[in-house]
Amino acid sequence: MSTSPYVIDEPERLTFRVNRRTLVDEQVLAEERRRIFDTCWIYVGHDSELRAPGDFRTRTVCGRPLIFSKGSNGEVRVFLNSCRHRAATVCRESEGNAKRHVCFYHGWVYDADGNLAIVPGKESYPPNFDQSKFGLQQVPRAEQYRDFWFVNFDPNAMPLTDYLAGAKEYIDLVVDQSPSGKMELIQGTQEYDIAANWKLLVENSFDDYHLLSTHATWLKYLKDSGVEMQAPAAGHLLPAHGIGKELGNGHAVIDNINFRGRPVARWIPLYGEAAKPEIAAIRAELVARLGEDRAARVADTNRNLVVFPNLVINDGSAVTIRTFHPIAADKMRVTAWALGPQEESASARARRLDSFLTFYGPGGFATPDDVEALECVQSGLRTWQEIQWSELSRGIDKTGEQLNTDELHLRAFWRQWDKHMMGGLDSLPKAAE
Amino acid sequence: MTIARSEVEDFLYAEAALLDEWRLDDWLGLLTPDCVYRVPPNDKPDGAAANTLYIISDDMERIKARIVRLKSRNAHAEYPHSRTRRLITNVRIVASDEVSATVAANFVIYRFRREEKIREYVGTYHFKLARVGKDLKLAERIVKLDAMELASLGSVSFIL
Ligand code: FES
Ligand SMILES: [Fe+2]
Repeated sequence: MSTSPYVIDEPERLTFRVNRRTLVDEQVLAEERRRIFDTCWIYVGHDSELRAPGDFRTRTVCGRPLIFSKGSNGEVRVFLNSCRHRAATVCRESEGNAKRHVCFYHGWVYDADGNLAIVPGKESYPPNFDQSKFGLQQVPRAEQYRDFWFVNFDPNAMPLTDYLAGAKEYIDLVVDQSPSGKMELIQGTQEYDIAANWKLLVENSFDDYHLLSTHATWLKYLKDSGVEMQAPAAGHLLPAHGIGKELGNGHAVIDNINFRGRPVARWIPLYGEAAKPEIAAIRAELVARLGEDRAARVADTNRNLVVFPNLVINDGSAVTIRTFHPIAADKMRVTAWALGPQEESASARARRLDSFLTFYGPGGFATPDDVEALECVQSGLRTWQEIQWSELSRGIDKTGEQLNTDELHLRAFWRQWDKHMMGGLDSLPKAAE
Repeated sequence: MTIARSEVEDFLYAEAALLDEWRLDDWLGLLTPDCVYRVPPNDKPDGAAANTLYIISDDMERIKARIVRLKSRNAHAEYPHSRTRRLITNVRIVASDEVSATVAANFVIYRFRREEKIREYVGTYHFKLARVGKDLKLAERIVKLDAMELASLGSVSFIL
C-alpha cells in the first residue's frame, strides 16, 4: 500500500497508476527541481569534450549556467558561470579554449583554473577585500565514471559510483566497444524542444511497447532495405526477445537481442556490401579482446539505459547520449550527441553516423514521431482533472523476467521519483502546502 | 551559354511550390540519380557529414525512403501534413558553366500545424544544379539553418 498522492503502487492488487497531475502541474515541477534535480547526480558532459588545458564548454544544467572546463594542469572542473562581482555570466561562448575568462561588465579576469587574476581599479576596494576568495565558484560536486561527468548540487550526496549502482554495468558495455576503453563525443549537437513534460521522454526512451505503432514507417524502412524480421515469438510483440530490468536507485534498462543492425558489429544490408569486411574485423577484435560471450553481449544486443533522472544512453543503431531538462511543466529542452570509439577508422565513423540518422534525431525516421507522440500525450493531459490516472501495469503479474514491451522499467523510474517527491530520500524541509 | 540566374530562380521557385504543395513524387523528379540532401547541425554548419553528427544526411536511396515515409499516414509527425510556405530570395550564382551551377539563396519557411505557434525556419540553400537535356536538376541540396539550436523549431520532419 502506498499513500502517495502521485503514484498508486499496489503490487498485491496488481495495480500501478500515475497521477496525471504530475505531468502538468508547475508546483510539482518546482518540487522536482528541489527534491530531484538538486539532489541527484546530473550528467554534464563527456571527458573527450575537453582535450587541452583551457578547453571549455558552457552548458545549462538544472537551470544553472555552467562552465565545464579543463584547468592548466589538466584537471576537469565545473564552474558556476557567474561573476563573483555582480553576477554576470563570465563566459559567453558555447565552446573554445581560453587562458582567461574576462567578465566584460566591469572587467574582472579569471584564469583557466578559476582564480580571480585581475580586478580593475583594485585600490577602491576596502582592506578586507581578499581577491583570493573571489575565484569562480565550482559546483558543489563533480565526479566522473568512465569519462561521463556528472554534477551534484547537494554537497552531501553519495559518491557517483554508488549512485550509479547497476547502471555501471551497462555503461561498461558501451565503453567496451572501444579497444582502448576510450569513447569520444563526435562533433555536432542536436538540441531541440519538446512541448511535453520531461518525464514523458524518460518513459518513451525505453518503452518498446510503442515501437510497432509509433515507428511503423521506420520498421517498414528497415524491412524494405532487406533486414530480416522474424515473426514475433509467442507472447512477444517484436521480432527479437528483449527484457526490461531495474538497476537500482531508479535506473533501469531494456536489454534486447539485436535485429536492427549495429555498427559494432552486426552487419545489415543498409551498411552496404563493402562494409562487410570491416565489420567482421571489428567483431574479431571484440572477440580477441573480450572473449566470445562478452563480444556477443556488446555486439548482438542493443540497450536503452535510463540513468535517473534525465540521462539516456541508447546503444542501438549507434550510441546516443541524450539529456533533457524541464523548461516548464509542459516543455523540455533535449540535447543529444553521438559517441564512438576514439580509434574508430574514418569509414567506420561515417557508417556509425549514417546509422545514427536512420532512427535518431530531429530529422531521423523515428524520433520526430516520438516527439509527436509526447506532444499528443501532453495535449491529452489537459483532461487531467477528469481523467486522473495513467495506467502502467503491463507485466505486473509476471513472476521473473519482464519483456522490453512490459512496464517494469517504467515503474522503477516512477517508484524512485515518488520516493524523492515524498521526501524519503533527502533531508530537505517539507514544502509548505 | 552558362546557366543564368533567371533560369535558376525559376527552378528554385518551382521546386519550392512542389514542396509546399506536398507533390513529393514530382519533387523527386527534379533530382539527379546521385543527389544528396543534407542538413548540418546548428552548432557545426560547416562540419563534414562523415565526421559530424548531422540532422539529415540522405543519399538518393534514403531520399526515396524519406518520401515513402512522408507519404504514409504513419509518419505521425507529418500527419496531417504541416502547411509550409517558402520565401526564397537573395539568389546568387557562386559558379556556373554550360552544364552546372553552384547557387546560394536565402530562405524563410513558415510552418503551420494545428493549435501551434508558427515556426519559422530561416537559413540558406546551397545547391548544385546540373543541366540534363534541356532541364535543370538538383545534384546536391545542402540546407543550413541560422538558428543557434533547433530549440522551439522542434523536429525537421518535412523537407526543408
Ligand atoms: S559583474 Fe563581472 S566584473 Fe562586474
Ligand atoms: Fe520511439
